Amino acid sequence: MENITVGAAAEWLRSLILYIIGNELLTDIVMKFVGLGACIAVILTAAIVLTYAERKVCAFMQVRLGPNRVGGRFGLLQPIADMLKLMSKEDIIPNGCDRVVWALSPMLLFVPSALIYGLFPFDEGAVFADVNVGVFLLLAISSQSVLPFLMGGYASNSKYAYIGGMRTVAQMLSYEAPMVFSLLGVVMITGSMRMNDIVAAQAENVWFIVLQPIAFIIYIITATAETNRTPFDLVEDESEIVAGPFAEYSGMRWALFFLAEYANLLSISILTTTFFLGGWHGPFLPGVVWFWLKVLLMVFVFMWFRWTFPRTRIDQMLSFSWKVLLPLALVNMMFTGIGVYVWRSMM
Amino acid sequence: MIDIFSLSVMDIVNWSLHVGLAHFLLLAAVLFSIGLYGLLTKKGIISTLMCVELMLNAANINLVAFNHYRPFQDFSGQLMAIFSVAVAASEVAVGIALAFRIYREHGSIHVDELNNMKG
Amino acid sequence: MNEAVNLIHGVVNWGMGTAADLDMGTLIDASVFYALMWVSVLSALGVVLCKNVVHSALLLTASFIGVGCLYIYMSSPFIGAVQFLVYGGAVAILIVMALMLTRRDDMSESNPSRNIWCRVGAAVISGLFFCCMALVTLLTPFKNVTVDLGDSVTGLADMMLTKYIIPFEVAAVLLLIAMIGALVLAKGAHES
Repeated sequence: MENITVGAAAEWLRSLILYIIGNELLTDIVMKFVGLGACIAVILTAAIVLTYAERKVCAFMQVRLGPNRVGGRFGLLQPIADMLKLMSKEDIIPNGCDRVVWALSPMLLFVPSALIYGLFPFDEGAVFADVNVGVFLLLAISSQSVLPFLMGGYASNSKYAYIGGMRTVAQMLSYEAPMVFSLLGVVMITGSMRMNDIVAAQAENVWFIVLQPIAFIIYIITATAETNRTPFDLVEDESEIVAGPFAEYSGMRWALFFLAEYANLLSISILTTTFFLGGWHGPFLPGVVWFWLKVLLMVFVFMWFRWTFPRTRIDQMLSFSWKVLLPLALVNMMFTGIGVYVWRSMM
Repeated sequence: MIDIFSLSVMDIVNWSLHVGLAHFLLLAAVLFSIGLYGLLTKKGIISTLMCVELMLNAANINLVAFNHYRPFQDFSGQLMAIFSVAVAASEVAVGIALAFRIYREHGSIHVDELNNMKG
Repeated sequence: MNEAVNLIHGVVNWGMGTAADLDMGTLIDASVFYALMWVSVLSALGVVLCKNVVHSALLLTASFIGVGCLYIYMSSPFIGAVQFLVYGGAVAILIVMALMLTRRDDMSESNPSRNIWCRVGAAVISGLFFCCMALVTLLTPFKNVTVDLGDSVTGLADMMLTKYIIPFEVAAVLLLIAMIGALVLAKGAHES
């Protein structure tokens, strides 16, 4: 029971492949591809499970039942039905659109969302790419997902998409700065930007949600804004701007946006777990079980936000970021710095 | 002085397969000349700004390549590249703001039409 | 089952033997460099030659990303991340938003170049510059010695806060001035 870790499973698989192939280098290469496949499997499973979970959570919070027709009393095959519906829709191409840019936009949106899954620590030592600048590279790669919104908005040759694209970019750029500063507090306490080191520091001492409560709150607010979820989903909801920059996409292109959105939801839950809730660390159960428990708790919290709060206006959203969150994050960073200095000089 | 005419094809292939400092310097030179061509050729303000950014990128590649391929014991090249990136970003911000004002006053962003102070 | 495993071992040993003979390590190394190089160079050419200025801006972003990946190839992940964050995540977006706000209705011809003589002259000048640089680069006998410098983040931080503290502070002041200046310029000094 103690050894059910992702690392142990990977070791077993590696020895099996080594037995079949017999060459160390080739086994390493094959294991890399297995790791890649595992990351992609996580993303695809997340998309399927989370669409269903969102609808059920939403339904229970609104005192109704949710999907309960497809696949038995609980509607378990609803995501399959959704997928089949999206795949069978007609691919409508708007008149006068900039064809290449319009077609590339959803694909380029999905790439950074999927790429950062290689940096997450799923278990002790189970990181696909354990780089020294993990946190920073993560933030840099997620900042690349802003431009495809602008591309989609511009290329769709539609007023709603255009305004939606500009608003999305304004919102995402405004909320990036407090997010980076809130994470800097965590990096300061750990003393390193590696994801494994951050989890290890929480395993030794106390979880960072206790040491950095303000940073935690700032991070979940900015993460909600970065992934365009309510209360910050002005740019893509149906009643405001007719789905904003996604207005002119149908069928499988829309499915790609959707996939990117749920991949983003799962990745911000994983990041909150890693930075503030101790990652895979926990007392009795194996690390990977604790990890997924915490991640699913955070996913539930983000869904709870969505179905509880009303939407903010664009000017309220932007002034909240620049006038409240950013100064708060800077003050938090200052106090963290002072605290770290005092603690280290006392030790 | 290397005797250019005694190089065979195999020598060139061998040199190009072992990636070294010279390759990065050539890449930076190519990017810089492309940026220079664009800077001298383009009529719009923002297009010229984009070519200036290309040239700055080329210079940064040079800095980081020298840091990686020479046996210094510190990170000076990377540090200079960081400062260069900071300066370039602030320059783009001010340039874009200027382009906005010019567009609002004159209605066009073609540098040839901004000749109020001429003569 | 044992027969199959032995067969696979035989094939793999032959494959790895030929790969070692062909020096697969350097080959893969070089292919990564050349792939990234072509991405950067072709995107840069597209920036200059494209008729549609929004396409130019998006190809400029592609060039930035190519150069960032080259930094990571050169074992400088911190600079690579800085390149992605600042150039790809801020400068590129700023340029595209500026293009969209100074927009004419028809974007397909919005990146004009000057007349043909200007272009020929510019090509000659850039070509001359490139030839000079290439001559200097190819005639200098560089010794490619790579030193493993360790963790770049702590090294950079040490240098930035001890030896290069003054440029650091000056850069901070410069960024502040640029931010305020851009705000004032874009909004107007006397408008509220």
